[in-house]
Amino acid sequence: MLTLERRRWLWAYTFLAIPLLFFLTIRIWPAVQAFQLSLYDYDPLDETHKFRGFGNYADLLHDKVFWQSLRNTFLYVLYGVPTGLVVSLVVALGLKRINRFRGILRFLYFLPYVTALVAVSWVWRWLFQSNGLLNSVLHSLHLPAQGFLNSTSQSLPAVTAVTVWYGLGFQVIIFLAGLEAIPDVFYEAASLDGASPWRRFRSITLPLLNPTIVFLTVIGVIQSLQLFTQIRSLTTNGGPLGSTNSLVLYVYQLSFQTLPARMGYGAAITVVLFALILVITVFQLTVLTRRYEY
Amino acid sequence: MNINTDRITRVHAAQLNLATSRGVARSGTRPAILARGRRDWRHVPWWLYALLLLGGLCMIVPFVWMLVTSIKPSAEIYTTAILPKHPTLANYANVLRKTSFPRWFMNSLITAGLTTLSVALFDSLSGFVLALYDFPGKRVIFVLILSTLMVPTEMLVLPWYLMSVQNHWVRGDVTSIGDYAAGYWAIMFPGLVTGFGVFLMRQFFEGVPRDLFEAARLDGVSEFGLFWRVGLPSVRPAIAALCIFTFLGNWNAFLWPLIVTNADALRTVPVGIGFFSSDVGSAYDLIMSAASLATLPVVIVFALFQGQIVRGIALTGLRG
Repeated sequence: MLTLERRRWLWAYTFLAIPLLFFLTIRIWPAVQAFQLSLYDYDPLDETHKFRGFGNYADLLHDKVFWQSLRNTFLYVLYGVPTGLVVSLVVALGLKRINRFRGILRFLYFLPYVTALVAVSWVWRWLFQSNGLLNSVLHSLHLPAQGFLNSTSQSLPAVTAVTVWYGLGFQVIIFLAGLEAIPDVFYEAASLDGASPWRRFRSITLPLLNPTIVFLTVIGVIQSLQLFTQIRSLTTNGGPLGSTNSLVLYVYQLSFQTLPARMGYGAAITVVLFALILVITVFQLTVLTRRYEY
Repeated sequence: MNINTDRITRVHAAQLNLATSRGVARSGTRPAILARGRRDWRHVPWWLYALLLLGGLCMIVPFVWMLVTSIKPSAEIYTTAILPKHPTLANYANVLRKTSFPRWFMNSLITAGLTTLSVALFDSLSGFVLALYDFPGKRVIFVLILSTLMVPTEMLVLPWYLMSVQNHWVRGDVTSIGDYAAGYWAIMFPGLVTGFGVFLMRQFFEGVPRDLFEAARLDGVSEFGLFWRVGLPSVRPAIAALCIFTFLGNWNAFLWPLIVTNADALRTVPVGIGFFSSDVGSAYDLIMSAASLATLPVVIVFALFQGQIVRGIALTGLRG
């Protein structure tokens, strides 16, 4: 005869059985396998999987394409994250201030975020063409045509611009929620004390928005580290000359576009990516779990 | 989207608390707020509207240009006229004839739909148990689920791919229902339960008073009934947000469906569009028609549910 308590335990385990099985087999075990894979030469078409120890990791040190992808990935973070934050904060401050047409304006800024990144990337590729809309506009302003995605120096900023454009709506919504959470009384008190709008922004809005800013920075950094879809759609395989190649795209090339496939080597790069993201997550945990008193 | 999400929720739970506490303060000082609202209305300068509108229009230029190009005959696509001289729907007809777009659309609809159903059921059931039951091993299980959030999907796709190949889930030829079932399963299985969703639902179930459940138990409601008839109705907004974003995320997903689909008949809309666009190269009239076909349904759905989607994002910090 089961006690009431034990019967409830049994129900809890029953309800959790399928999700738990899922997490163990689909989420946790494959993570272990990825580490394991990174220690081998692995081509699914070849039965002999040579054990290499940390050889794949050692090879990374001398791999020019890896370093270029890593450097590009850092540049995506460095250019994209601050730009996105500043632009979206400005838009959010504007949207907070107005009291008419807020819905429709918010709609315009948010629209890209719900569409398929593959489709809109191809639209941007069309806009960036040498005879596309952007160069036509430059031409009509009597400015010289630009290479954009065809230029090794402009392609990475061009991909970054698309990324910022795509994610702007999300950041605006989160900033708006953060701004709504700041009590009006602070602004009223500051106004009574004669604080200028800039002063109110610097001494009230920015400090109280700090958790939101850290949150958006961390998400932005992690997402920029994982760029794949827009690069694959906007460029020809990370070109020209690898100038837009990212870590994840390089993993894809190694595993699915190289013969023989180098999945073990690709897995080693994903482990590096995991380590980078882990560092950022730990940083976020230590910064974000601080309490903010109003 | 699976990595960072527990922290996301933490921040947003904090913001949510702030928002509610502010809500209380606000209702207490309502007249002052109303007065402030009126003062604001006089002071919003017209140029702020103009600037925001200008920025907003810049945001949608790509969509406008996509639609404009899609109805231009190929002789006109390099002109900058906004209204084509001879507008045509031939590009759409061409795309629909040359590709399996309707098939991709069905594939996306089925895989995203089933994944959303699964996430809604299992995430909320797990969140429910973790919030409202006490049992040995609860902490360990919870930490285990949270730890999966730290592993980026990119690290898992290679083992998932090898797993799919080994189990013959990757089909090159699609002739039977079984091939479709295997293909759909391959696309869907990594997302059927999400760590973030479990965490999110647990947070929301913790906000429901336990007395509610004890009372229902005394009334003879079964344990599953507690979840289905008492728990679920009380967290409806959270489930709605979770469903919307799970669906959008899977509808737009690219990396995994790209890796795991070999047959054209099994491709989802993004993967199909990607291959089609690379194949036709510079035929941008066709590519823009395909992009429009992929974009318009989502835009219409978004226009209908804008309020709910925006509130959902602010509520959960979810990324689609």
